[in-house]
Amino acid sequence: MESNKNNKIGAAVVLGGGIAGMQASLDLASSGIKVYLVETKPSIGGVMAQLDKTFPTNDCAMCTMAPRLVEISRHKNIDLISLAEVESVKGEAGNFTVTVKKRPRYVNEDKCTGCGSCLAVCPVGKAKAAADGKENKIKPIPDEYNEGLSTRPAVSIPFPQAIPNKAFIDSRYCLYLNSGKCGNCKKACKADAIDFEQKEKIFELNAGAIIATPGYELFDIGSKPEYGQGKFENVVTAIKFERILSASGPYQGKVLRPSDKKVPKNIGFIQCVGSRDHERDYCSAVCCMYATKEALIAKEHLGDQLEIDILYMDIRAYGKGFEEYYQRAQKLGVNYIRSRVPSIEEDPKTKNLIINYLSDNDKKVSKEYDMIVLSTGLLAPKSAKQISGTLGISLNEYNFCNTGSFSPVNSSRDGIFVAGPFTEPKDVPETVTQASGAAAKALSLLSDVRGTLVKEKEYPPEKDITGQDARIGVFICHCGKNIGGVANVPEIVKYASTLPSVVHAEDNLYMCSSDAIDKIKQKIEEHHLNRVVVASCTPRTHEPLFKNTIREAGLNEYLFEMANIREHCTWAHMHEPEAATKKAMGLVQMAVAKSRLLEPLYRQFVPINQDCLVIGGGIAGMVAAMEVANQGFLVHLVEKEEKLGGGARKLHYLLGNDKPQEYLNDLIKSVSSHEKIMVHTGANIESFSGSIGKFKTIINSAGTKQEFEHGATIVATGAIEHKPSEYMYGKNKKVMTQLEFEEKLSTDAQLKPPECVVMIQCVESRNDERPYCSRICCGTAVKNALKIKEKFPDTGVYVLYRDMRTFGFMESYYTKARQKGIVFAIYNNEKKPELIESNNGNLTVKYFDSTLQENIEIDSDYVVLSTPVTPRPENKELASMLKVPLDQNKFFLEAHIKLKPVDFATDGIFLCGIAHYPKSIKDSIAQAGAVAARAGAILSKKFIETEGAISVVNEAKCIGCGTCVTVCPYNAPALEEVTVTVEEVTYKTKKSKINPAACKGCGSCAAACPAGAITASHFSSKEIREVIDAFDRGVRSVSIEKGVVEVTV
Amino acid sequence: MSAEAVAATAAKTNGWEPKIVAFCCNWCSYGGADSAGMGRFQQPASARIIRVMCSGRIDPLHVFNAFLEGADAVLVTGCHIGDCHYVNGNDKTKIKYKYLENVVHELGIEKERLQLNWISASEGEKFANFIRDVTEQIKKLGPSPLKPEGVA
Repeated sequence: MESNKNNKIGAAVVLGGGIAGMQASLDLASSGIKVYLVETKPSIGGVMAQLDKTFPTNDCAMCTMAPRLVEISRHKNIDLISLAEVESVKGEAGNFTVTVKKRPRYVNEDKCTGCGSCLAVCPVGKAKAAADGKENKIKPIPDEYNEGLSTRPAVSIPFPQAIPNKAFIDSRYCLYLNSGKCGNCKKACKADAIDFEQKEKIFELNAGAIIATPGYELFDIGSKPEYGQGKFENVVTAIKFERILSASGPYQGKVLRPSDKKVPKNIGFIQCVGSRDHERDYCSAVCCMYATKEALIAKEHLGDQLEIDILYMDIRAYGKGFEEYYQRAQKLGVNYIRSRVPSIEEDPKTKNLIINYLSDNDKKVSKEYDMIVLSTGLLAPKSAKQISGTLGISLNEYNFCNTGSFSPVNSSRDGIFVAGPFTEPKDVPETVTQASGAAAKALSLLSDVRGTLVKEKEYPPEKDITGQDARIGVFICHCGKNIGGVANVPEIVKYASTLPSVVHAEDNLYMCSSDAIDKIKQKIEEHHLNRVVVASCTPRTHEPLFKNTIREAGLNEYLFEMANIREHCTWAHMHEPEAATKKAMGLVQMAVAKSRLLEPLYRQFVPINQDCLVIGGGIAGMVAAMEVANQGFLVHLVEKEEKLGGGARKLHYLLGNDKPQEYLNDLIKSVSSHEKIMVHTGANIESFSGSIGKFKTIINSAGTKQEFEHGATIVATGAIEHKPSEYMYGKNKKVMTQLEFEEKLSTDAQLKPPECVVMIQCVESRNDERPYCSRICCGTAVKNALKIKEKFPDTGVYVLYRDMRTFGFMESYYTKARQKGIVFAIYNNEKKPELIESNNGNLTVKYFDSTLQENIEIDSDYVVLSTPVTPRPENKELASMLKVPLDQNKFFLEAHIKLKPVDFATDGIFLCGIAHYPKSIKDSIAQAGAVAARAGAILSKKFIETEGAISVVNEAKCIGCGTCVTVCPYNAPALEEVTVTVEEVTYKTKKSKINPAACKGCGSCAAACPAGAITASHFSSKEIREVIDAFDRGVRSVSIEKGVVEVTV
Repeated sequence: MSAEAVAATAAKTNGWEPKIVAFCCNWCSYGGADSAGMGRFQQPASARIIRVMCSGRIDPLHVFNAFLEGADAVLVTGCHIGDCHYVNGNDKTKIKYKYLENVVHELGIEKERLQLNWISASEGEKFANFIRDVTEQIKKLGPSPLKPEGVA
């Protein structure tokens, strides 16, 4: 094993291939760390792969996730080890020995092509549930992916996009493995991949760091008699309902209830099932939003006639875009009913359900529903205790992993980092953020051995094909019976060989098998092919493989084209062999026509400046700077104030015992003394230009200008506490904001014990002007209320709120606060609390208590207002300078709310802290770590490899109108001044130039260019026209009579 | 005879199958067509997909090219609004389509012959139904008025 002098190993083991593990693996691998991704299930993907949509944008979950699944499977520095568990971990940070046990798949992963022929012949897959009183020999297997709403064969691929996309034989159910009889799959597999002899394997991996992302478990309703213990057919958990809603689910996305497959007229959701109770004093943090999402999607499917009630305690819409989402759901007719202790009864005849509950004002209510969805909470993974034992890391009382307020991704053991819901229930973006944060920690730890274990692939030199006529080779796949069983492949081969420029055509049982791949390379040599067409399955999964194949044979990878004759043809026209054969011929013809025009394209290597700019010297900015610097890169940290520290300077204590000022002072010290961090205080950004890898910034610090270049940019400019105009703020000194009150409580030595303090939540927040929820105020109110009780136990404390949003583990402090006698009272936004000032300046708060249904008046010594966190007004200027967008609330807008939470759409610019959205110190630190990993992935390379298929400008045709500049979301085109000489006239004008490092090749600019000056390489208008032109050119009809095929051309 | 075989025979006797050009974006609607196949959602063999990376790449001229080459219908498809892999390419498609629709209609081409649809990568059944519906509509209308002479 290669290692440096301190025995560190440039590899990491990632445990768990859900979205967190995937993100951490990709971040590490792209920064030069070898990754072993160990997954217990047959496929990676985790729970997100089961989701239909994601909140709060209703994005399709699989659409955003599938490209990442493919990226993992193709990444040369990631070894995916499925069906495996970690047995033991020895060693220490920098050098661990990890023992892994891999269970048999009974399928040779190298040979299996994922064609699915075995699935169709497995008798277990056809098993039906036994009629009452009888027992069938073969019992049906509930399909885990569809939460048991459908069945599956014993040999299966968990879901169509599964990675590895290989079959898996479930030894619990396989007839052959249990009784030695059957073996149908082995007979059906033309690739000879079924291997019943496979045995369990135990082996060791050496790695410098470990990232544990084992995910979570959903609460099992079997233990809840009040909800039918899972026996009521039409009571489903939210994850089951997610599958019902999904187009790839058991009912193809039709909203039906399980008992009779009828469309429900009304659906009731019950929140907090298995969380916020006596056993689990925490909030699962995601259920309010997933229930809202499912309600919206169900209404989208069934329209206004579907009635939906969501029975809740508090709606916790605390994240970015959540409150607006909740408001939208209400507008679209989802009924939110505040209620307590609901229970369910089933009508045995109709299978309808009756919910009994206590309403807001303590009235008993009963209502009948066609269907009930239970929003079950998140639990620590079942394997948590075992993981804790194997890895030697500590857990909290609920078996989640222990982490600190200032170290959100550190476990209790050095060198082992954690991310995702294993640390605390959380949603996808926070999980992805933490995963990147954990990757950053591993990158810092292993910075000096980065790149030591990764391999760069070596290719033979590329053949020059300039001036050559097209010589096309066509390779047609049978895909076992998937294509060949429907279309007549030999006829397609025959037809393909008649097409112009085609010099070779052949078929193969599986074009993607290793012998066929070798054959393609051999034929390229033999026939001097300079274009290759493969007619098989979808390019979305297989194009990279074939591109790589022809590159290995010395051809430029862009001289390749694919015809999808499986998904788009034989699978879609299974019973029409003639039509399918004719269409397949047409598709091959179109691919051949396009391939004739293909040109070699080259990826460019743009050199990178390895320094980083961090804008903002608060906690987020400083942590980001530290994490980047610890990876070995120089950081310019620019702060506009004279001192580092930002908004956190005003925080004196947190929930729990952590001391923010001590942490902050230590952090400032480490940042100021770090040899790789250049701190520029009292400095403003004066100009900013360039793109990923080579930004140029000029800063102005008290009149002195300084210019530097940097490869990545991090925005961490923070936000401010809103100063309200309501409630006599600024007029009466006893009215103050939470921050001001915290300051008074902590520093005013003369403070006399107040008799009563009233806090009002959501002041000038969650209204028309500021529709968002500020996320941190409920926690802050609980924190300050507890502090009052700690200092002055006799003081009466009242918190008037709309929804208490103490999500995650904050919930236990809310419980503690109530136990301490702090009064939490709900107010309705239509009847906001009023503040009355008597002549002597004394304050009385008057509010309508919705539980008691009466007006209450409280005399209060202090009135503390929870006001929102608002974006800095100067965001607008910075955003336009950096050419990055702001959201509707004027916070910075990330590239993708779920999967790219800390990236901007513009490459090389990242975002963290409360400039993104209000959040706690812990969340800011996690985000700051995440940006450091994202930036590190760029800075660790000397060059950026651009896409080959990008847009290029023909300068002679460009009229410099700038349409492309406005159309591009990535700021790739820019107008540059050029001097043009036409005949004898020389003049200056502007022409567009596309930065290859920023272009993603979508081609929008080419479609928008009024002068036709832009070519979208690989998808040029010429190529598209040629493909259109080739539509059915030639083949008139195909008829198959008694096995004799007749093709009319 | 199975239902499919009956349908196949009917199509044969009618003789004429429309020719439909479907522009699909790589990330969503092309994936939707893949999912249709994976889910074995059967559909008429009338459509040919032309893959582009983003629906924003579809130039109105490509649509005219398709009509001039004898397409009986042209379908413009992409990710649902908000789901674009390239941030907002489909928003641009939507805007362009509005104008394109008017121009095509002005030329005397029936509105059924040019259709816009947002289809996600998981909406296989939606894709198959879309192809089936369009094929039915076009069969009722008959060949495109722009069809070059002599093409059946």
